[in-house]
Amino acid sequence: MSSPDYALHEVCVVACAEAWRGDGEILASPIGVLPAVAARLAKATFAPDLLMTDGIASLVSNGVVEGWMPYRTVFDTVWSGRRHVMMGASQIDRFGNQNISCIGDHARPKAQLVGMRGAPGNTINHPTSYWIPAHSTRVFVPKVDVVCGVGYDRAAALGPSARFHGLRRVVTNLAVLDFESPDHAMRLVSCHPGVSPADVVKATGFPLVVPEHVETTRTPTTEELRLLREVIDPQGTAARELGR
Amino acid sequence: MADKRTTADAAVAQLADGMTIGIGGWGSRRKPMALVRALLRSPLKDLTVVSFAGPDLGMLCAAGKVRRAVFGFASLDSIPLEPYFRAARQAGAIEASEIDEGMLQWGLYAAALRLPFLPTRAGLGSDALALNPWLRTVRSPYDDREELVAMRALELDAAIVHVHRADVSGNAQILGPDAYFDDLFCMAAKRRIVSCERIVRTEELLARGPLQTLRIHRGMVDAVVEAPRGAGFTSCEPDYPRDEAAQKAYAASAQEPGGWDAFRATYLTETVTGGA
Repeated sequence: MSSPDYALHEVCVVACAEAWRGDGEILASPIGVLPAVAARLAKATFAPDLLMTDGIASLVSNGVVEGWMPYRTVFDTVWSGRRHVMMGASQIDRFGNQNISCIGDHARPKAQLVGMRGAPGNTINHPTSYWIPAHSTRVFVPKVDVVCGVGYDRAAALGPSARFHGLRRVVTNLAVLDFESPDHAMRLVSCHPGVSPADVVKATGFPLVVPEHVETTRTPTTEELRLLREVIDPQGTAARELGR
Repeated sequence: MADKRTTADAAVAQLADGMTIGIGGWGSRRKPMALVRALLRSPLKDLTVVSFAGPDLGMLCAAGKVRRAVFGFASLDSIPLEPYFRAARQAGAIEASEIDEGMLQWGLYAAALRLPFLPTRAGLGSDALALNPWLRTVRSPYDDREELVAMRALELDAAIVHVHRADVSGNAQILGPDAYFDDLFCMAAKRRIVSCERIVRTEELLARGPLQTLRIHRGMVDAVVEAPRGAGFTSCEPDYPRDEAAQKAYAASAQEPGGWDAFRATYLTETVTGGA
């Protein structure tokens, strides 16, 4: 077999793009460079109706400004549920509780991060996915220090108030994961080419649900590679988020 | 109509120790930095700062003026983490009332409407509630009986915001793409201070932008300060972009011993030459 004609970051981009498949005419909010490239790929191929902002206050479609989306409208859209965000996570646990606030004791943290931002409101109101560029036991932890994004165990405890909660998928540099297990614990869905389930288990700091059959993550099509390299990300910015 | 023109220092001299101050803008975008500079020059202390935070909160932390921060994040946008805020947090120097950014908006809106709270799902299940025992939940009185966060009104003693144009009585015009939550900050506050790039005659306002740009009217404003480049180094589009070099120098100063004192000296001097 000849060596593959795609790079790891391109596999990750496609896996992130897949998060928005079937979402229809909702706001896709990718946080970070690789998710942004991924959302644009999704929109350029199988999810053409997605709404996306320029990160300032405009809705932009195929390079044309088509609408106004200041922060106030973003917040309204979050609470209306017509949005699917892909956030990062400094820590994430078995049920998808996510931390971007700080590491250590909240009163005097070892490391202050950006803050919980809209993670609580996002996760309780609309679909959420995660992109984690360095899959390791530092990030995939038994217990997060601050619950920003709400996980399935906490959502279950809320009852009907959490009826709009839903975590779709977690994409990392190693694998694609979701929460489609009986108690919504994190499950391994597919490993990227060259990665084994054992590699993923080893890099995860909690017991992972590993089905008998784990697929290999879908690799980019020729057309997806062309779009990524010639149109969407000719500078290869998505690659820079890996291997840090 | 009253002439509300004053200077940044005179406007800030009306404030007192221990006040809760709301700061407009977002991250490192259209922050009222001329007024923040005046706060830095003042003897004020023990402030509670409510902000979609950027260098405004960072500088006030660095200067030791902050007792408590109510925030959802602190970021310089092009530099993800606010260095002085980070240092203050890691030293345990400030009380951190960290909430979801939508909860922050709702708290301002509740205060603006003189309501004790507004309901929302944002915060449910997260540590935004566990970390903030001053926040409670409420049960819907209707058939759904749903439990919701009762986001408490964030009543402000004062609000400071920076806009593009204003007239002498405080009719203020935002020409940029996003008003952020500046009007809510003003409506939630007892004392409202607006700085602007340029004071113009009232009849000039509509020549510069459509009616919708007049987001803040004089009934929402107590003091008007003309402060050219008054948001710098944060962005004030379309008048000027963020001064990335200046922001980088600010962030770098946090890594050096004595860095804040050196930065502070330069930053406050620039104000004098800038005429604000």
